[in-house]
Amino acid sequence: MTDKILSIVGLNKKFGNVDVLLDINIELESGGFLVLVGPSGCGKSTLLNCLAGFETINSGSIEVGGKDVENVSPKDRDIAMVFQSYALYPTMTVERNITFGMEARGVKKEERDANLARVSQILQIEPLLKRKPGQLSGGQRQRVAMGRALVRDPKLFLFDEPLSNLDAKLRVDMRTEIKKLHNRLNASIVYVTHDQIEALTLATKIVVMKDGLIQQIGTPDEIYNRPGNIFVADFMGSPPMNLIPVKAIPHEKYTEIVIETRGEQKPIILKDFKPELLNSLSGETELILGLRPEHITNIENVTGQYKVLSECVVDVIEPVGSDIFVITELGGKNVTARLRSNAYVELEKSMGVVFDLDNASYFYPKTGLRYDF
Amino acid sequence: MVNKKSSAGSIGFVEYLIPKIQRIGIYLVLVVFAAYYLMPLFVMLTTSLKSLEEIRTGSFISLPRGIDLSSWKIAWSEACTGVKCQGLRPYMLNSFLIAVPAVAISTMVGAINGYVLSHWKFRGANLIFGMMLFGCFVPFQVILLPMAIVLGKLGVAGSISGLVLVHVVYGLGFTTLFFRNYFVTVSDEITRAAKIDGAGFFRIFYSIFLPLSAPIFVVTIIWQFTQIWNDFLFGVSFSQAGTQPVTVALNNIVNSTTGVKQYNVDMAAAILAALPTLLVYILAGKYFIRGLTAGAVKG
Repeated sequence: MTDKILSIVGLNKKFGNVDVLLDINIELESGGFLVLVGPSGCGKSTLLNCLAGFETINSGSIEVGGKDVENVSPKDRDIAMVFQSYALYPTMTVERNITFGMEARGVKKEERDANLARVSQILQIEPLLKRKPGQLSGGQRQRVAMGRALVRDPKLFLFDEPLSNLDAKLRVDMRTEIKKLHNRLNASIVYVTHDQIEALTLATKIVVMKDGLIQQIGTPDEIYNRPGNIFVADFMGSPPMNLIPVKAIPHEKYTEIVIETRGEQKPIILKDFKPELLNSLSGETELILGLRPEHITNIENVTGQYKVLSECVVDVIEPVGSDIFVITELGGKNVTARLRSNAYVELEKSMGVVFDLDNASYFYPKTGLRYDF
Repeated sequence: MVNKKSSAGSIGFVEYLIPKIQRIGIYLVLVVFAAYYLMPLFVMLTTSLKSLEEIRTGSFISLPRGIDLSSWKIAWSEACTGVKCQGLRPYMLNSFLIAVPAVAISTMVGAINGYVLSHWKFRGANLIFGMMLFGCFVPFQVILLPMAIVLGKLGVAGSISGLVLVHVVYGLGFTTLFFRNYFVTVSDEITRAAKIDGAGFFRIFYSIFLPLSAPIFVVTIIWQFTQIWNDFLFGVSFSQAGTQPVTVALNNIVNSTTGVKQYNVDMAAAILAALPTLLVYILAGKYFIRGLTAGAVKG
């Protein structure tokens, strides 16, 4: 109870008659790193604005550090925020950008200077203190924006897509740095992004959203390996999880998974030996098989016990250095397999791959929900 | 090989020549238009330096034989407007007494209006902005009668402060429009960041928005000063003897001469009346252009 830094209960938010957030329930432990992730328009930024106090909520409650903040203005919520555009004050030096908040709150000069020194040392921006934001590079602005948030030492940090304006290389560097900072300061963070890799790498807890609804809440491992529905399976992970329509036929000792292939080729038949799956099926059932690309691979990569070797035809080869992605067609869908970079594959030829059903997920074709057994 | 090179060279020469010719053509047109626009000023200036005798006998556009500043002196301090013969001097002062406070007030209020309408949106903010915009396009004549009644009720009819009020009210639409459109280019996130930082309405205004606003202040001040200084209709409608602005006095000087028309005095008076706006443009003109095209935040 005392450990909860943030607790959102039954939050609803409308713009006019349009529901933008529906029945949001989220909790975050002190020191946790919560990532809100979803495609544009899913409501994640609106939710963050509700937390910050820039948007009112229609029902439900938000507690920060055990205190209900419904009628509390943004400045009194004990939060700090890093914005997508950095939102540095353009006419002020870096130094004043960082100390402006303390100045506005009437913090004494010595204390302001001490905090400034501490933060600029953490972020290594001491040489920049006398410059204006216009004279900084994107990455430096990003640091200053974080400095402005850090200097306040608030209960909760809000990050609104802070890396989306950086180029790809810098984004990866800053990502690492944010993670380091989190480990070091043990800060509680709510972080909004549409980048699923950022979500997976940074979070201790991920909230996947779509159309104002929470799709799944879980650790990065749960979200990645046990996605709660087809949307999460498809959205998280790159390339996305393969979703293959299959027929599951229970036999005496195993479940036969039948995958239709193109044209007159024979269907691929896999055997899933998990007894729980077998027991849950009462007869032939249409399901969607979810397999990550790394679970359709060449033989030596697989360690699990339920691996099945089969053949499929190579349509596209995409080498990415460390791996080769091979795209083939199964069950009428493009399916990506991830092979070691030393694998030998040829276009339009057959290749042998292993389906690692240890790590398979199954979904109901109609609802898209996870088929649990 | 050699052949190829030389033919390529000749094409290069034509390609070099055509833009040159185009350029000369453009400059020619520009020079002609500039001369056309400067002509009246030239005539005014030369006429004001001539004696009446010289004006009557000489050509319209000839240069003056000598420099005779007596008509300037008359225009400044002796020319008659109706019964009084004090020249333009007292009316220049009136114009300053009207223009300076009116410009200052309308600019400051416009800045705050623009700040509110762009960053502290409230229900109906856009409607109000639309109505203020509409106010910019209301013709002067339409508001003459209602304004006269309002000024009468407020007890400021015929006074300098009444004219200040008229110009502030009429100018607010423009100043608000200028500042609102300028401040709209400031990211909403900056205001939000400042709110989280604990700054309030006025603190954000003077710590963050005012330091950004120099270019738009220049634009607004030039615009308002020119409008108010050059105004004739409000000046002639809402003033009385002693509170008339310089434009009205100029009209009276030009129209109230008896006997021979003193073109040289008229011209000198006209230049004197136009001088402050001219100076403002010369001193701040480049900031005007820069301010019109600038956004608040540079990338």
